[in-house]
Amino acid sequence: MEMNNQLYTKRRIVSSLGLAFSMAAMAVGLAVLLWILYVLFANGLSALDGNLLTSDTPAPGTDGGGLRNAIVGSLMIVGLTVLVSTPVGILAGVYLTEYGDESKTAELTRFVTDIMLSAPSIVLGLFVYAIAVATVGNFSGYAGSLALSLIAVPVIMRTTENMLRLVPGSLREAAFALGAPRWKVSTFITLRAAKSGVMTGLLLAVARISGETAPLLFTALNNQFFSTNMGAPMANLPVVIFQFAMSPYDNWVRLAWAGALLITLTVLVLNVLARVFFRDKVSS
Amino acid sequence: MSLGSVMSSQKLLREEPSQAVSADMVAVAKKQRLQDFFFHRVTQAFSLLVLAALLGIIFSLFVNAWPTFQKFGFHFLWRVEWDIVNEEFGAAIAIVGTMASAGIALLLAVPLAFGVAVFLTETCPVWLRRPLGTSIELLAAVPSIIYGMFGLFVFAPLFADYLQVPLQKILGGMPLVGFLFGGATNGMGILAAGIVLAFMVLPFVAAVMRDVFEITPPILRESAYGLGCTTWEVVRKVVLPYTQKGVIGGIMLGLGRALGETMAVTFVIGNANRMPTSLFSPGTSIASVLANEFGEAEDLHFSTLFALGFLLFVITFVVLAMAKMMIMRAEKAKGN
Repeated sequence: MEMNNQLYTKRRIVSSLGLAFSMAAMAVGLAVLLWILYVLFANGLSALDGNLLTSDTPAPGTDGGGLRNAIVGSLMIVGLTVLVSTPVGILAGVYLTEYGDESKTAELTRFVTDIMLSAPSIVLGLFVYAIAVATVGNFSGYAGSLALSLIAVPVIMRTTENMLRLVPGSLREAAFALGAPRWKVSTFITLRAAKSGVMTGLLLAVARISGETAPLLFTALNNQFFSTNMGAPMANLPVVIFQFAMSPYDNWVRLAWAGALLITLTVLVLNVLARVFFRDKVSS
Repeated sequence: MSLGSVMSSQKLLREEPSQAVSADMVAVAKKQRLQDFFFHRVTQAFSLLVLAALLGIIFSLFVNAWPTFQKFGFHFLWRVEWDIVNEEFGAAIAIVGTMASAGIALLLAVPLAFGVAVFLTETCPVWLRRPLGTSIELLAAVPSIIYGMFGLFVFAPLFADYLQVPLQKILGGMPLVGFLFGGATNGMGILAAGIVLAFMVLPFVAAVMRDVFEITPPILRESAYGLGCTTWEVVRKVVLPYTQKGVIGGIMLGLGRALGETMAVTFVIGNANRMPTSLFSPGTSIASVLANEFGEAEDLHFSTLFALGFLLFVITFVVLAMAKMMIMRAEKAKGN
């Protein structure tokens, strides 16, 4: 038996080239992540001082100042969003698992939810502007929360559903056999068994919304001063970063980098935490 | 509570099956049925909120956009004007900018994402798969405004010096393609926006591709290897054809993201309401027009921005719906 050595060598070379390309692609991906992190630290660390947390955003062209109002505003807007979206998202996720196989509406809901996960967030801002800003007459933190909820609810809904589906059917059946009604089985048995998975969904939702800028532009807007009134325009980190980074003032750009570093670290830590939660769940 | 009462009524049932006991059980069952009914309806109402939001978005955008649609009709789609003072508007500039930047992003991101997915499923040592996969997912989690800042402050200056100037020198004088590389080399423009978008979309597409590559049955791979295929041949001729639908779905998911992205684009596209004439010329996308002009918009300008938002939502909705259906079909194929 004779082997066509030339052809074989050619195939080997093509394969090696292909694999080298795939390795290079992976290297590009990793390099971009490290590059972004490096740039954030290099530019953001210098502005991370005590003032950042104790003083408010400075007027244009002035020195000093911090991001206190923006940080507090972001925390309040995101906090309210989580408070509202968590029960809605979890109960809707329970519906999709418990009754999802039985009805066409549930199937449609699942499909639409998946699309809403990637819908252009600026359009969500436009929608909330139309229903909650134009009608009320002023921008507000509440409107910002509403816009972010439109992103958070689908995230929580779909993770809850996926996690509930991992709960073994025998657990449900055992509860049913003891005579437990369906609502008790869903809340006290399956939801409790999938607790850490649901937490994962919550953390991912918080990570996702804390960096969103576009939906807040037309809803919460911005506020130069410290304010905890959610019925009025409210400072928040993403919009402050957007405004400051596009400005010609060095001090503003410096603060924008500090804010960018804060947001990215928060988002990445939340993502890693979510993975730790999920891993615990899978291993236990 | 209900559990206890059922058990006690069962005990009673064994002793003497009387009318009273079964009435007790019927009462419990009735109560439970009522509770379940409410539970069903309440959770259903919450899940229907998503559908309500979708209909609300389409309806409210359309209503607010109506004056523009009424004035320009279907011509709005290909009118090139954008004159705020004289209230003459058209969507063509923004649509071209959106499509061009998203197209460039996919052109660059798809091969890279394919490479990443191949590396993660075929060549990567098993112990490295998890950390490397996680870091790609973390790249997907970085907020888009960070990509925008990165693009404006870090990428654009480098892009101007090391890519735009040489490209213009080498290719600018060539016939047919030369015009693509004309214009100012300040680092901003359609191509720069496309490249920054590519960085952003890469992890999304790579993650979907990796997931669908992993559902290829091992027996198919092993058979191909058994026949003497090289790793690349297994990927190209077995894994890729098998997961075709999922891969296309992943690409369209990336397209949906790229079309609707605001922040990563706004920082580097140049924000000029002119029809772009080359890859380097500044342009604008639907999302950046909205971000830049919505604050000061009034009357017809205001409703025109809603019209653009409506178009963007419809376009991305269709793209994402097709992506979703492709991925669903790919996953169903795995089930059979």
